[in-house]
Amino acid sequence: MSEISLNDVVIAQAGIEPGTPVHRALEGRADVMEMTQATHDAALKPNDPGGLSHALRAALAARIARLNGDEALAEHYDGLVEDAGATEEITDIADPRAPAPSDGWLAAVTAYTDLVAARPRDTQTGDIEALKAAGVSDADIVRLSELNAFLAYQIRVIAGLKLMRGAK
Amino acid sequence: MSETIHEFTTTIPHWQPRVKPIKLDEATPEQLDALKVTPSNTKVSDYVLVLANDVETLKVRTPLFNAIMYNRGGMSRAEREIGATAASVVNRCVYCAAVHASRYNQLAKDEEVMKRIFADGEDADLDPRQSAILRFATRLSKAPSEASENDMQALREAGLNDEEILDLILSASLFGWANRLMHTLGDPVAKQD
Repeated sequence: MSEISLNDVVIAQAGIEPGTPVHRALEGRADVMEMTQATHDAALKPNDPGGLSHALRAALAARIARLNGDEALAEHYDGLVEDAGATEEITDIADPRAPAPSDGWLAAVTAYTDLVAARPRDTQTGDIEALKAAGVSDADIVRLSELNAFLAYQIRVIAGLKLMRGAK
Repeated sequence: MSETIHEFTTTIPHWQPRVKPIKLDEATPEQLDALKVTPSNTKVSDYVLVLANDVETLKVRTPLFNAIMYNRGGMSRAEREIGATAASVVNRCVYCAAVHASRYNQLAKDEEVMKRIFADGEDADLDPRQSAILRFATRLSKAPSEASENDMQALREAGLNDEEILDLILSASLFGWANRLMHTLGDPVAKQD
Protein backbone atom coordinates (compact mmCIF):
# COMPACT_ATOMS: atom_id res chain seq x y z
CA MET A 1 0.00 0.00 0.00
CA SER A 2 1.23 3.47 -0.77
CA GLU A 3 -0.17 6.93 -1.03
CA ILE A 4 -2.18 8.07 -4.00
CA SER A 5 -2.67 11.71 -4.97
CA LEU A 6 -6.18 13.10 -4.86
CA ASN A 7 -4.98 15.64 -7.42
CA ASP A 8 -4.43 13.02 -10.10
CA VAL A 9 -6.87 13.74 -12.90
CA VAL A 10 -8.68 10.40 -12.86
CA ILE A 11 -8.96 10.28 -9.06
CA ALA A 12 -10.27 13.85 -8.85
CA GLN A 13 -12.65 13.31 -11.79
CA ALA A 14 -14.04 10.08 -10.33
CA GLY A 15 -14.61 11.84 -7.00
CA ILE A 16 -12.70 9.30 -4.90
CA GLU A 17 -12.53 10.22 -1.21
CA PRO A 18 -10.03 8.99 1.40
CA GLY A 19 -11.24 6.20 3.67
CA THR A 20 -13.60 4.70 1.08
CA PRO A 21 -13.26 1.14 -0.27
CA VAL A 22 -12.39 2.41 -3.76
CA HIS A 23 -9.66 4.63 -2.31
CA ARG A 24 -8.22 1.63 -0.46
CA ALA A 25 -8.25 -0.48 -3.63
CA LEU A 26 -6.49 2.35 -5.52
CA GLU A 27 -3.79 2.51 -2.84
CA GLY A 28 -2.96 -1.08 -3.74
CA ARG A 29 -2.37 0.12 -7.31
CA ALA A 30 -0.57 3.38 -6.44
CA ASP A 31 2.10 2.65 -9.06
CA VAL A 32 -0.52 2.39 -11.79
CA MET A 33 -2.19 5.62 -10.70
CA GLU A 34 1.12 7.47 -10.65
CA MET A 35 2.00 6.24 -14.15
CA THR A 36 -1.51 7.10 -15.35
CA GLN A 37 -0.90 10.70 -14.32
CA ALA A 38 2.55 10.61 -15.94
CA THR A 39 1.04 9.45 -19.25
CA HIS A 40 -1.54 12.26 -19.02
CA ASP A 41 1.32 14.73 -18.73
CA ALA A 42 3.29 13.09 -21.56
CA ALA A 43 0.30 13.09 -23.93
CA LEU A 44 -0.92 16.60 -23.08
CA LYS A 45 2.23 18.56 -22.23
CA PRO A 46 5.25 16.84 -23.77
CA ASN A 47 8.57 18.67 -23.82
CA ASP A 48 8.75 18.04 -27.56
CA PRO A 49 5.18 18.45 -28.87
CA GLY A 50 6.17 17.96 -32.53
CA GLY A 51 3.48 19.41 -34.79
CA LEU A 52 0.77 19.09 -32.11
CA SER A 53 0.93 22.12 -29.81
CA HIS A 54 -0.11 21.85 -26.17
CA ALA A 55 -3.15 23.99 -27.00
CA LEU A 56 -4.24 21.69 -29.85
CA ARG A 57 -3.71 18.57 -27.72
CA ALA A 58 -5.87 20.03 -24.94
CA ALA A 59 -8.59 21.05 -27.41
CA LEU A 60 -8.65 17.59 -29.00
CA ALA A 61 -8.78 16.00 -25.54
CA ALA A 62 -11.77 18.17 -24.60
CA ARG A 63 -13.44 17.20 -27.88
CA ILE A 64 -12.87 13.46 -27.26
CA ALA A 65 -14.24 13.78 -23.71
CA ARG A 66 -17.37 15.51 -25.08
CA LEU A 67 -17.81 12.86 -27.79
CA ASN A 68 -17.83 10.34 -24.92
CA GLY A 69 -20.36 12.32 -22.89
CA ASP A 70 -17.91 13.32 -20.13
CA GLU A 71 -18.49 17.07 -19.74
CA ALA A 72 -16.60 17.36 -16.44
CA LEU A 73 -13.45 15.91 -17.98
CA ALA A 74 -13.93 18.13 -21.03
CA GLU A 75 -13.92 21.14 -18.71
CA HIS A 76 -10.62 20.00 -17.21
CA TYR A 77 -9.18 20.11 -20.72
CA ASP A 78 -10.86 23.46 -21.48
CA GLY A 79 -8.75 24.75 -18.59
CA LEU A 80 -5.60 23.45 -20.28
CA VAL A 81 -6.71 25.03 -23.59
CA GLU A 82 -6.98 28.37 -21.83
CA ASP A 83 -3.66 27.93 -19.98
CA ALA A 84 -1.96 27.31 -23.32
CA GLY A 85 -3.31 30.58 -24.75
CA ALA A 86 -5.07 28.93 -27.70
CA THR A 87 -6.29 30.80 -30.79
CA GLU A 88 -10.02 30.87 -31.48
CA GLU A 89 -9.59 28.34 -34.27
CA ILE A 90 -8.04 25.86 -31.82
CA THR A 91 -10.48 26.65 -29.00
CA ASP A 92 -13.42 25.83 -31.31
CA ILE A 93 -12.09 22.29 -31.79
CA ALA A 94 -12.92 21.54 -28.14
CA ASP A 95 -16.61 21.65 -29.03
CA PRO A 96 -17.81 18.91 -31.41
CA ARG A 97 -21.04 20.87 -32.01
CA ALA A 98 -19.11 23.81 -33.49
CA PRO A 99 -18.38 23.59 -37.23
CA ALA A 100 -15.24 21.47 -37.70
CA PRO A 101 -12.30 22.90 -39.66
CA SER A 102 -13.16 22.36 -43.31
CA ASP A 103 -9.84 21.71 -44.99
CA GLY A 104 -6.15 21.15 -44.65
CA TRP A 105 -4.02 19.81 -41.85
CA LEU A 106 -6.32 20.75 -38.97
CA ALA A 107 -9.41 19.31 -40.68
CA ALA A 108 -7.65 15.98 -41.22
CA VAL A 109 -6.45 15.83 -37.62
CA THR A 110 -9.94 16.62 -36.30
CA ALA A 111 -11.71 14.13 -38.58
CA TYR A 112 -9.28 11.39 -37.59
CA THR A 113 -9.85 12.15 -33.91
CA ASP A 114 -13.64 11.92 -34.33
CA LEU A 115 -13.26 8.53 -35.99
CA VAL A 116 -10.83 7.04 -33.46
CA ALA A 117 -12.77 8.40 -30.48
CA ALA A 118 -16.14 7.02 -31.53
CA ARG A 119 -15.62 4.27 -34.12
CA PRO A 120 -12.11 2.84 -33.74
CA ARG A 121 -13.24 -0.49 -35.21
CA ASP A 122 -13.94 1.21 -38.55
CA THR A 123 -10.46 2.66 -39.05
CA GLN A 124 -8.73 1.59 -42.27
CA THR A 125 -5.50 2.16 -44.15
CA GLY A 126 -7.20 4.99 -46.03
CA ASP A 127 -7.62 6.99 -42.82
CA ILE A 128 -3.87 7.10 -42.27
CA GLU A 129 -3.35 7.88 -45.98
CA ALA A 130 -5.74 10.84 -45.61
CA LEU A 131 -3.62 12.23 -42.79
CA LYS A 132 -0.45 11.85 -44.86
CA ALA A 133 -2.12 13.49 -47.85
CA ALA A 134 -3.03 16.47 -45.64
CA GLY A 135 0.63 16.86 -44.72
CA VAL A 136 0.59 15.22 -41.27
CA SER A 137 4.03 13.67 -40.70
CA ASP A 138 4.47 10.05 -39.64
CA ALA A 139 5.73 11.14 -36.21
CA ASP A 140 2.72 13.44 -35.75
CA ILE A 141 0.35 10.61 -36.77
CA VAL A 142 1.82 8.53 -33.93
CA ARG A 143 1.56 11.47 -31.49
CA LEU A 144 -2.07 12.03 -32.50
CA SER A 145 -2.86 8.32 -32.11
CA GLU A 146 -1.25 8.21 -28.66
CA LEU A 147 -3.27 11.24 -27.55
CA ASN A 148 -6.48 9.60 -28.76
CA ALA A 149 -5.52 6.26 -27.27
CA PHE A 150 -4.62 7.75 -23.88
CA LEU A 151 -7.95 9.60 -23.74
CA ALA A 152 -9.85 6.37 -24.47
CA TYR A 153 -8.11 4.77 -21.48
CA GLN A 154 -8.54 7.73 -19.16
CA ILE A 155 -12.24 8.19 -19.95
CA ARG A 156 -12.95 4.51 -19.22
CA VAL A 157 -10.95 4.39 -16.00
CA ILE A 158 -12.94 7.39 -14.76
CA ALA A 159 -16.26 5.83 -15.87
CA GLY A 160 -15.37 2.53 -14.17
CA LEU A 161 -14.28 4.16 -10.91
CA LYS A 162 -17.48 6.22 -10.78
CA LEU A 163 -19.54 3.04 -11.12
CA MET A 164 -17.39 1.37 -8.49
CA ARG A 165 -18.00 4.07 -5.91
CA GLY A 166 -21.72 4.05 -6.73
CA ALA A 167 -21.98 7.50 -8.31
CA LYS A 168 -25.21 8.14 -10.21
CA MET B 1 1.63 -7.32 -50.03
CA SER B 2 0.09 -9.83 -47.69
CA GLU B 3 -3.65 -9.99 -47.19
CA THR B 4 -5.05 -8.24 -44.09
CA ILE B 5 -6.72 -10.61 -41.62
CA HIS B 6 -10.23 -9.53 -40.68
CA GLU B 7 -11.51 -12.53 -38.69
CA PHE B 8 -10.67 -13.17 -35.05
CA THR B 9 -8.09 -15.88 -34.50
CA THR B 10 -5.81 -17.17 -31.76
CA THR B 11 -2.98 -17.54 -34.29
CA ILE B 12 -0.89 -14.41 -33.78
CA PRO B 13 -0.52 -12.56 -37.09
CA HIS B 14 2.35 -10.39 -38.29
CA TRP B 15 1.79 -6.65 -37.72
CA GLN B 16 2.47 -4.49 -40.75
CA PRO B 17 2.87 -0.78 -39.96
CA ARG B 18 1.05 1.95 -41.90
CA VAL B 19 3.52 4.62 -40.75
CA LYS B 20 7.31 4.56 -40.67
CA PRO B 21 9.00 2.82 -37.73
CA ILE B 22 12.06 4.72 -36.49
CA LYS B 23 15.42 3.28 -37.58
CA LEU B 24 17.36 1.89 -34.65
CA ASP B 25 20.68 3.21 -35.97
CA GLU B 26 19.20 6.71 -36.17
CA ALA B 27 17.50 6.62 -32.77
CA THR B 28 18.12 9.43 -30.28
CA PRO B 29 19.50 8.57 -26.82
CA GLU B 30 16.01 9.19 -25.39
CA GLN B 31 14.45 6.77 -27.90
CA LEU B 32 17.08 4.12 -27.15
CA ASP B 33 16.37 4.55 -23.46
CA ALA B 34 12.61 4.13 -23.98
CA LEU B 35 13.14 1.06 -26.19
CA LYS B 36 15.18 -0.53 -23.40
CA VAL B 37 12.22 -0.61 -21.03
CA THR B 38 10.27 -2.85 -23.40
CA PRO B 39 10.03 -6.54 -22.52
CA SER B 40 11.84 -7.75 -25.63
CA ASN B 41 14.94 -5.70 -25.63
CA THR B 42 17.13 -7.66 -28.04
CA LYS B 43 14.69 -7.74 -30.94
CA VAL B 44 12.61 -4.56 -31.03
CA SER B 45 9.30 -5.05 -32.87
CA ASP B 46 8.08 -2.77 -35.66
CA TYR B 47 5.19 -1.82 -33.40
CA VAL B 48 7.48 -0.47 -30.68
CA LEU B 49 9.66 1.23 -33.32
CA VAL B 50 6.54 2.98 -34.65
CA LEU B 51 5.58 4.10 -31.14
CA ALA B 52 9.11 5.45 -30.60
CA ASN B 53 8.03 8.33 -32.86
CA ASP B 54 6.35 9.64 -29.68
CA VAL B 55 9.08 8.77 -27.23
CA GLU B 56 7.75 10.69 -24.23
CA THR B 57 4.52 8.71 -24.18
CA LEU B 58 6.20 5.38 -24.97
CA LYS B 59 8.59 5.80 -22.05
CA VAL B 60 5.76 5.91 -19.50
CA ARG B 61 3.26 3.72 -21.35
CA THR B 62 5.36 0.53 -21.38
CA PRO B 63 5.79 0.24 -17.57
CA LEU B 64 2.13 1.22 -17.12
CA PHE B 65 1.07 -1.57 -19.48
CA ASN B 66 3.18 -4.13 -17.64
CA ALA B 67 1.91 -3.01 -14.22
CA ILE B 68 -1.75 -3.28 -15.23
CA MET B 69 -1.43 -6.69 -16.86
CA TYR B 70 1.17 -8.35 -14.60
CA ASN B 71 1.12 -6.68 -11.15
CA ARG B 72 0.83 -9.12 -8.24
CA GLY B 73 -2.40 -9.54 -6.31
CA GLY B 74 -5.91 -8.54 -7.33
CA MET B 75 -7.48 -10.17 -10.36
CA SER B 76 -5.86 -13.29 -11.85
CA ARG B 77 -3.77 -12.76 -14.97
CA ALA B 78 -6.11 -14.98 -16.97
CA GLU B 79 -9.15 -12.90 -16.04
CA ARG B 80 -7.32 -9.67 -16.93
CA GLU B 81 -6.81 -11.22 -20.37
CA ILE B 82 -10.61 -11.60 -20.67
CA GLY B 83 -10.88 -7.84 -20.06
CA ALA B 84 -8.19 -7.14 -22.68
CA THR B 85 -9.79 -9.47 -25.23
CA ALA B 86 -13.30 -8.09 -24.65
CA ALA B 87 -12.06 -4.57 -25.48
CA SER B 88 -10.17 -5.86 -28.52
CA VAL B 89 -13.32 -7.56 -29.84
CA VAL B 90 -15.38 -4.37 -29.42
CA ASN B 91 -12.72 -2.33 -31.20
CA ARG B 92 -12.08 -5.12 -33.72
CA CYS B 93 -8.35 -5.16 -33.11
CA VAL B 94 -7.68 -8.59 -34.60
CA TYR B 95 -4.00 -8.50 -33.65
CA CYS B 96 -4.60 -7.56 -29.99
CA ALA B 97 -7.40 -10.11 -29.70
CA ALA B 98 -5.11 -12.86 -31.04
CA VAL B 99 -2.29 -12.04 -28.63
CA HIS B 100 -4.46 -11.79 -25.55
CA ALA B 101 -6.86 -14.63 -26.33
CA SER B 102 -3.92 -16.96 -26.85
CA ARG B 103 -2.35 -15.72 -23.62
CA TYR B 104 -5.61 -16.50 -21.83
CA ASN B 105 -5.64 -19.97 -23.35
CA GLN B 106 -2.11 -20.62 -22.06
CA LEU B 107 -2.82 -19.27 -18.58
CA ALA B 108 -6.21 -20.95 -18.16
CA LYS B 109 -5.29 -24.10 -20.11
CA ASP B 110 -8.64 -23.82 -21.86
CA GLU B 111 -9.67 -22.81 -25.39
CA GLU B 112 -13.43 -22.93 -25.07
CA VAL B 113 -13.92 -19.49 -23.45
CA MET B 114 -12.16 -17.57 -26.22
CA LYS B 115 -13.85 -19.66 -28.93
CA ARG B 116 -17.19 -18.62 -27.52
CA ILE B 117 -16.22 -14.95 -27.10
CA PHE B 118 -15.01 -14.79 -30.72
CA ALA B 119 -18.22 -16.42 -31.93
CA ASP B 120 -20.84 -14.66 -29.79
CA GLY B 121 -19.17 -11.57 -28.27
CA GLU B 122 -20.89 -10.15 -25.21
CA ASP B 123 -23.54 -12.92 -25.22
CA ALA B 124 -21.04 -15.80 -25.12
CA ASP B 125 -22.24 -18.69 -22.97
CA LEU B 126 -19.74 -18.69 -20.06
CA ASP B 127 -19.90 -19.40 -16.33
CA PRO B 128 -21.55 -16.63 -14.26
CA ARG B 129 -18.27 -15.05 -13.11
CA GLN B 130 -16.75 -15.01 -16.60
CA SER B 131 -20.03 -13.71 -18.06
CA ALA B 132 -20.10 -10.80 -15.62
CA ILE B 133 -16.46 -9.97 -16.42
CA LEU B 134 -17.00 -10.19 -20.18
CA ARG B 135 -20.17 -8.14 -20.10
CA PHE B 136 -18.71 -5.35 -17.97
CA ALA B 137 -15.50 -5.13 -20.03
CA THR B 138 -17.43 -5.18 -23.31
CA ARG B 139 -19.82 -2.44 -22.28
CA LEU B 140 -17.07 -0.27 -20.75
CA SER B 141 -15.23 -0.51 -24.08
CA LYS B 142 -18.07 0.97 -26.16
CA ALA B 143 -17.75 4.64 -27.15
CA PRO B 144 -19.27 6.20 -25.11
CA SER B 145 -19.08 3.59 -22.36
CA GLU B 146 -22.32 1.65 -21.81
CA ALA B 147 -21.29 0.04 -18.52
CA SER B 148 -24.08 0.48 -15.97
CA GLU B 149 -24.80 0.11 -12.27
CA ASN B 150 -26.36 -3.28 -13.08
CA ASP B 151 -23.15 -4.45 -14.74
CA MET B 152 -21.18 -3.37 -11.64
CA GLN B 153 -23.70 -5.11 -9.40
CA ALA B 154 -23.34 -8.28 -11.49
CA LEU B 155 -19.58 -8.26 -10.84
CA ARG B 156 -20.15 -8.06 -7.10
CA GLU B 157 -22.81 -10.78 -7.20
CA ALA B 158 -20.39 -13.00 -9.13
CA GLY B 159 -18.02 -12.67 -6.17
CA LEU B 160 -15.46 -10.14 -7.40
CA ASN B 161 -13.92 -8.00 -4.65
CA ASP B 162 -12.88 -4.34 -5.02
CA GLU B 163 -9.27 -5.19 -5.92
CA GLU B 164 -10.44 -7.50 -8.71
CA ILE B 165 -12.98 -5.01 -10.02
CA LEU B 166 -10.32 -2.29 -10.13
CA ASP B 167 -7.96 -4.56 -12.09
CA LEU B 168 -10.76 -5.35 -14.54
CA ILE B 169 -11.49 -1.64 -15.08
CA LEU B 170 -7.78 -1.03 -15.67
CA SER B 171 -7.17 -3.95 -18.04
CA ALA B 172 -10.25 -3.30 -20.18
CA SER B 173 -9.52 0.45 -20.30
CA LEU B 174 -5.88 -0.17 -21.15
CA PHE B 175 -7.02 -1.97 -24.27
CA GLY B 176 -9.14 1.00 -25.26
CA TRP B 177 -5.67 2.54 -25.53
CA ALA B 178 -3.72 -0.37 -27.07
CA ASN B 179 -6.43 -1.12 -29.67
CA ARG B 180 -6.40 2.50 -30.83
CA LEU B 181 -2.68 2.16 -31.61
CA MET B 182 -2.45 -1.37 -33.01
CA HIS B 183 -5.63 -1.21 -35.07
CA THR B 184 -5.06 2.28 -36.47
CA LEU B 185 -1.30 2.32 -37.08
CA GLY B 186 -0.96 -1.06 -38.79
CA ASP B 187 -2.58 -4.17 -40.25
CA PRO B 188 -2.60 -7.79 -39.08
CA VAL B 189 -1.33 -9.96 -41.93
CA ALA B 190 -0.48 -13.65 -42.27
CA LYS B 191 3.01 -14.55 -41.09
CA GLN B 192 5.42 -15.34 -43.91
CA ASP B 193 7.63 -18.32 -43.19
